[in-house]
Formats: sequence, structure tokens, C-alpha cells
Amino acid sequence: METLQTVDSAFSGTSVEACYQCGKCTGGCPVAGLMDLMPNQLVRLVQLGRLEKALASTAIWHCVSCQTCTTRCPQSVDCAGIMDVLRQMSAEQGKAAPKLRRVLVFQKAFLDNVRRNGRLNEVELIGFFKTLAFLKDFNIPLLMKDTLLAPQLLQRGKLHVFGEKVRDRAVVRRIFDRCMKAGEGA
Amino acid sequence: MEFGYYPGCALHGSSNDYEKSIRACMKALNAGLKELDDWICCGATAAHSLNHKLSVALPARNLAIAERDGIESVLAPCPMCSMELIKAARALRESEPMRREMSEIVELKVEGKTDVINLIQVFERIGVEALKSAVKKPLEDLKPACYYGCLLTRPAKVVQFDDCERPRSMESILEALGAAPVSWNYATECCGAGLTMANEATVLELANKILKNAAASGANCIVVACPMCHVNLDMKQSAVEHQYDTEHGLPIYYLSDLVGLALGLNKKELAIDKHFARARVHVKR
Repeated sequence: METLQTVDSAFSGTSVEACYQCGKCTGGCPVAGLMDLMPNQLVRLVQLGRLEKALASTAIWHCVSCQTCTTRCPQSVDCAGIMDVLRQMSAEQGKAAPKLRRVLVFQKAFLDNVRRNGRLNEVELIGFFKTLAFLKDFNIPLLMKDTLLAPQLLQRGKLHVFGEKVRDRAVVRRIFDRCMKAGEGA
Repeated sequence: MEFGYYPGCALHGSSNDYEKSIRACMKALNAGLKELDDWICCGATAAHSLNHKLSVALPARNLAIAERDGIESVLAPCPMCSMELIKAARALRESEPMRREMSEIVELKVEGKTDVINLIQVFERIGVEALKSAVKKPLEDLKPACYYGCLLTRPAKVVQFDDCERPRSMESILEALGAAPVSWNYATECCGAGLTMANEATVLELANKILKNAAASGANCIVVACPMCHVNLDMKQSAVEHQYDTEHGLPIYYLSDLVGLALGLNKKELAIDKHFARARVHVKR
């Protein structure tokens, strides 16, 4: 039982210790085929307190958060919740796998956008994300991706260059600041 | 009948066709929508992936606005939003310290007592019989594959809606409107949702499987109740076809599109003319 005591308190509420490795989470995962570690393996690593490997995996960034694992687990382990905790830790500790770091870059840009506007401005987010990805590793395919869609979106009235902002943006910023206090930041 | 309304960012952005379609249906059914005043983004996957507290606080602010304004039931037509709102409401109801902390963080008293519902539930509350009696043009030629995707029914313990493995709620509504929904295998498989921008290869692969299975099951269209499902299956359909050298040609409708068509509304009123995918085989609509 010694191994189980090493489970980090960040995972409390996920019932991670209840996993008996049936593999149902992996069996139902729509992206398991793309992962370097399977969902059930990640859960086991958390049980053993061997987080290093889990935090550096591409698996946690391939996860689409579809909740199939959590829904089907016979032991009520919140596997998708464990993925969230691993992503948060991986981001905070700078351990995100380089191959899929762009997912983290996108999510950070998303939150930054919401922090400023209160609502998501899609055009601003996509422009910002593509620029970051380009400056970081000259990702030209990503820069060009969907550019042909832009005129079609515009024609359909689906492209809103200025986007919406909430009236009380100050309260949104305060909510972000309170949640991102010391050690909890994204 | 009146419902509170939390559109979420997608419906005020590139999925504004979904909002137009919902509003047209509600008007035709004499149901009102009261939009939450100065609502904010729910944080979506970015928040629950990177900052747990924020993923409760952002929805909690919206729940607090609803409580302050005396709104009991809120329609959130995006399942990402509705799941986040329901999850936060549940966390608030279960814990007094959480209610205290969140009320401070969001600067409004919040208890989590709001009833958050999806679009299917709105039609259920209006009533399948009421819908049936309002039908002007039965959907006789339609064989939709009802696609629930991930978050409408999951996590089951949180959203507590329909059967998470074999949902039937959309089928029941569409059958009442004269359509003949098909039986298929990908109704609750995920399309990749929010990864469209950051990891498109995954989205194209998942979307291809869904489109392929729908066609193989005899469907002549797919019906969704999620803006992200619509983007990945409709807007991305030509990219999927290009990537996998195939031709799907399946129109993707929002549930409100089909209800609206049955009620006698036209394609323009429902913003169906703003969709991307066109039927390869002619469907009479």
C-alpha cells in the first residue's frame, strides 16, 4: 500500500487510487492510437507517483477531453479529470512535450483572449496563435492553414474582426487574477 | 414559455448560424429567450486543462448573473458551455466553502441552483406533442444520423441527460416530425472538438470516421446540437474529403434547422444557406 500514499494531493477527487487496470479507458479512447502512453498507463504512473514520464508525454495533449474514459470507468475513476491535472502540472512546470506544445500555446492564447475581452474573439485568437507558432518554429503550414476559408467565412457573415467585449471587463480580469494566484497560473 | 439564454462565444462568433436557427424556431413556437446580461466565456477546454479554479469561476460568474436576475432555467446550446456550467453548479451545490469562495471570486452571490439545459431539452420541455401539432412540412425525405458527440451525454454523472451509450432523445423528436433517423455506430464518438485549430490532423481523422459511418448506415444527412461538431463535420468536410481522397457530400444540420424546416420556416430564415457542405445526392430541402 506504500505506493498509493505517494499520490499527489492535486489528484484528490479523481479516485485515482481505485484503478485496477482493466483498460476500459484506453479501449474507448478515440485518440489512444496517437498516444505515446495509454490512458490506463498514465493512471498507473500517477498511482505510483512517477509523474515525470506522464507530464512529458504527448498523450496528455492528444487527449480531446471527450469524457468517454470517465463515463465508462467501472471504478468511477475520473480519468479525464486526471488528464486535466496532468496538463496543468505539465504547463506549470514547463514539461509539455515539444511535439504538441502548440496545443498548450493555443490554450494559453485562448485564456489570454478571454481575460482581455471577457468573451472569445476568434479572429484575434487565431491570428495571435498563428503568429506565435510561426515565430517559435517557423510553422508555415500552420500559418497558411484555413486561409482559403477566410473569404468564405466572410461571405457567410461568420468572420467578426472586432469581436464582442463584455461591459465589465475589469471584473473578468480580477476573476483571472484571483484564480491564477501563486503557483496556480496557466 | 421563456428560457434564460447563455449563447456562449461560438454562437456569437462563427457559429452565428446556430443562434439564428434557434431564435427562428423559438419565435415560431412562441417561446422566449432571455439572454444573460453581460455573460462571460465559460473558459472551455483551455480553462479546465490549465487552471481548475478558473474552470469553476468563469461558469460561476454566469450562474451568479442568472441567480441575481431570477432566471431559473438557462439554455446553453453549446454542450461545452452547458457541461462547464452544470459542473460548476454541481460543485457549488455540494460544498459550502466552495460557495463562499466562489461568491468572493466572482463578486456576486452564487449558490449553483440554476437549471442548465441543452437544446434537445428545450424542445422536450416545449413538448414533442406540441411540436407534432405545429408541423407544416413533415421531414418525410430525411434519414438523419443523430450525432450527439461527447459532451451532450458525458460525463453521465455530471450532465445526467439521456442514455450515455445509446441516446434516443434527438431521434424521438425527429421521428415526431416525420423523419426516419438511421441506426448507426458513431452517435457518441468524439469529433475532436476544440482541437480544430491546434491539432487538425486528429479532427480530420475522427470526422472522417463519423461521416463514413453515417453514410454507410444509410443516412442522407447528420444532425447535431453542438457548434463544434458542426464546424468539424460541415466546415471541415471538404478538408476531410481532400485528406482521405473520398467524397462524403453529407449536409450537416443543427437540430433546430430540422425542427424549423418541419415548422415551415425556410433555409434562409434558419441560416442553412450559411453552411458549407452540400449534398452530393440531392435531398429535397
